[in-house]
Amino acid sequence: MTLLAQSQLQETFELNIGPQHPATHGVLRVKVIMDGEYIVKAEPVLGYIHRMHEKMGENRTWNQFWPNLGRLDYLSAIAYNHGYAGLLERAMGIEVPERAEYIRVITVELNRLQSHLLWFGAFILDLGGFTPLMYAFDEREQILDLLESVTGSRLTYCYFRFGGVYNDVDDDFITGTRAFIKRLRPQIPMYHDLVTKNVILMERLVDIGHISADMCRKYGATGPVLRGSGVNFDIRKNEPYSVYPELDFDVPVYHECDSMARYMVRMDEMEQSMRIIEQALDKMPDGPVKAEKAPKILKPPKGDYHFAVEAARGTFSMRTVSDATNTSYRMRLRSPTYSNLSLFEEASRGMLLSDALAFMGSLDLVIPEMDR
Amino acid sequence: MSGYFSYLLNGIKSLAIGLKITNKEFLTRPITLQYPHESVKMAPRYRGHIELLMDSETGTHTCISCGMCQKGCPSNCITVKSKKVPGVKGKVLTAYILDFTTCSLCGQCVENCKPAAIDFSNEYNLASTRKEDFVFDLLQKLHPEGVPEPKVDPALLKKEQEKIEAAAKAAAEKKEAAAKAATEKEGEGGEKAEGKS
Amino acid sequence: MDELIRILSYFVGIAAFLGLNLAYLGWVERKGAGHIQRRIGPKDVGPYGLLQPLADGLKLMSKQLVVPDNADRLLYMSAPVLAMVATVILFVTIPWGENLVPREFDYGLIMIFAVASAAGLSILLGGWASGNKYSLIAGTRAVSQSVAFEIPMLITAITIVMITGTMNLNEIIRSQSGMFWNWNVFALDKSILMPISFLVFFVCSMAEINRAPFDLGEAESELVAGYITEYGGMGFGLFMMAEYGNMMIGASLTTILFLGGWQCPFGLFPGPHWFLLKMYFLIWTIVWIRWTYPRTTLWGLLNLSWKYLIPFSLVNLLVTALFIKVF
Repeated sequence: MTLLAQSQLQETFELNIGPQHPATHGVLRVKVIMDGEYIVKAEPVLGYIHRMHEKMGENRTWNQFWPNLGRLDYLSAIAYNHGYAGLLERAMGIEVPERAEYIRVITVELNRLQSHLLWFGAFILDLGGFTPLMYAFDEREQILDLLESVTGSRLTYCYFRFGGVYNDVDDDFITGTRAFIKRLRPQIPMYHDLVTKNVILMERLVDIGHISADMCRKYGATGPVLRGSGVNFDIRKNEPYSVYPELDFDVPVYHECDSMARYMVRMDEMEQSMRIIEQALDKMPDGPVKAEKAPKILKPPKGDYHFAVEAARGTFSMRTVSDATNTSYRMRLRSPTYSNLSLFEEASRGMLLSDALAFMGSLDLVIPEMDR
Repeated sequence: MSGYFSYLLNGIKSLAIGLKITNKEFLTRPITLQYPHESVKMAPRYRGHIELLMDSETGTHTCISCGMCQKGCPSNCITVKSKKVPGVKGKVLTAYILDFTTCSLCGQCVENCKPAAIDFSNEYNLASTRKEDFVFDLLQKLHPEGVPEPKVDPALLKKEQEKIEAAAKAAAEKKEAAAKAATEKEGEGGEKAEGKS
Repeated sequence: MDELIRILSYFVGIAAFLGLNLAYLGWVERKGAGHIQRRIGPKDVGPYGLLQPLADGLKLMSKQLVVPDNADRLLYMSAPVLAMVATVILFVTIPWGENLVPREFDYGLIMIFAVASAAGLSILLGGWASGNKYSLIAGTRAVSQSVAFEIPMLITAITIVMITGTMNLNEIIRSQSGMFWNWNVFALDKSILMPISFLVFFVCSMAEINRAPFDLGEAESELVAGYITEYGGMGFGLFMMAEYGNMMIGASLTTILFLGGWQCPFGLFPGPHWFLLKMYFLIWTIVWIRWTYPRTTLWGLLNLSWKYLIPFSLVNLLVTALFIKVF
């Protein structure tokens, strides 16, 4: 009897999920030790798409580092642009014109909407529903068109500059954005009807993938993952930057700590993003979009600088040590999903494989951002 | 027990609502754009590869071959080749080579360009199986029928020629003087050599 | 001699009908999914993409048959064949019209359930023989799924047998003649729970044929492609065709047992067209459901079966027995 029990315990097998797997959304590999369909241990293996972005930041001039920011988190590239712009503006003491700040907020929030829409589709795809992905892509396409008309790109934006933005927005963009928000508003209740209230989805998300607030603190999880665990932390509110203090929005917080809570946080954030965009469009003043005094050749004074923004997936913060030359002495990027993934190992123990993959989807991973 | 039935009923209701929504979508028109047959209008600011802008006054580009684009490029994908042509102020662009395979469309070159000679094009339909096809000479692209000869300013040409002549004259004089000195030296050397033999 | 001609003609007929349906159900599914998702679906091969199944078939047939190193060669090759054979055999029993039935058995219902179990076996076989861990998991899932859903399905079928008193599929249809309220699904005089019974049976048949939201065996976001991960070319093609074939069987069986088979809803001109109409409607519903819902988990599926479907089917069995005894 004991012999049998022992041998049963040892009957585990190793399963490599990834680096090429439909559920990992990129080249993430998760080495899973499984006991039947239950996960004994899941170890994420990174490094398949490491491109040395931090080192590149130390070799390139300040201006030459811009395109790298669009290639970290390819879904909320503009927020990353914002982080870098804010960092150097803080280091050099550059004043940004107000219109530029509003344009920044509008584009960042549009980018966040776009990111959450894509996540929504891909998450339901992880759960086996294909159709919401297409609906989300339809809406996302409108955002991409809007952003393309201003920034010129559709995914890897390189739009912000130190002291402002690359170019001004036009009236078409403003009316287009208003029209888009009018269009997206009624879609979200439709998503709730089609997806959120669906009993099959509820069964897969409610009480699955429990992450306590303590665990979030332990691993440094931020963003919707943290807010889904009942911690009200949003850089836009806690360390206000840009013109966020002048805008009225709420930070959605859910206390259930499960996959459903994280899902609901993101769905509610989309509503809040729309509110922010509408307000920013109303309040946007006229004026220049680039600081006139911004120097061409950048040499920030010696020192250690840090700037954090709320990207779509959580806190993105940049830290640089400048030695007053035209390159950085040390560049450090803190990307949110790296921390969000690190709790996967602890949280996924004893989970079913299908639940674990749903849980992974609820963390909203973007691999190139973890593997910088 | 009532929870059992209400869960079941709510579940069935939610499933029915889902079916209703997809049925509605099934009956509405698809939004697909039939790409090869029709295509979207590109936004004017769309960032394709960079191109040299045609200046309507001169009929050619306004590049002064300063190389700021090349210097500012994060991925070293621009090579500006220029030469000096007699009678033309500044340097003349002979080739503007863009390796589009490494370009990240960041716009540093466009921003760095003082005479605003380059800008993003709207070209997006680029496809090839060979990577050499993405190394463009933008000058050739601007003037596919052949690069026009640079306009020569006669006054400048005359000035330059005079300068060249003066320089040549000076050089000739110098040469003459050197030759003279050399022959003198040679005479001495020859004598020496003769003496040796 | 007559018997031989009969066998031959039915053989050719079934082969042609099946071939056409299996190819074009794929087209229907792709086109339907497209329109549900605001897309168009196949459109370039032929008018409305109608030649797409042909192109797909040609492509699949021209592909090399690759057997993975770890695979058990014989079982790996025979699993898709087994899946397809079981499906084709099932069509022998289906009464398309009153006189249009390949072989009228007295125990057609039993034959269907007996042979349909082989479909689950083929999935297990394919999953196990592939030598791939994903396939293996899919195989085990498929077996536990088909075991769990066979119980309520059989109980519901027994209920129908109790009402009609026969296992001959044609007889079952004949007993539902007349207007549509004579169909078993609306036969409230035989058991008040009949509509629920119909739902139970329909859900079970969907689960038995591994269709979404019960496609745990394929689960493309979890198990890559489940038991067909290692299959390419016609091996994959046969599994796909078997799936559509099973879909037709499931829809036909539901039509026969609950929707009056070839009977007209108004008692006029019964015939195969009514059968096909009902069957295609059910198939469309299955397709529609697939493109609406996310996938359940194994536990959700077993919960559904043991907590809802089996109790309901048992209660319906008792109620039916009571009705038969009392009235």
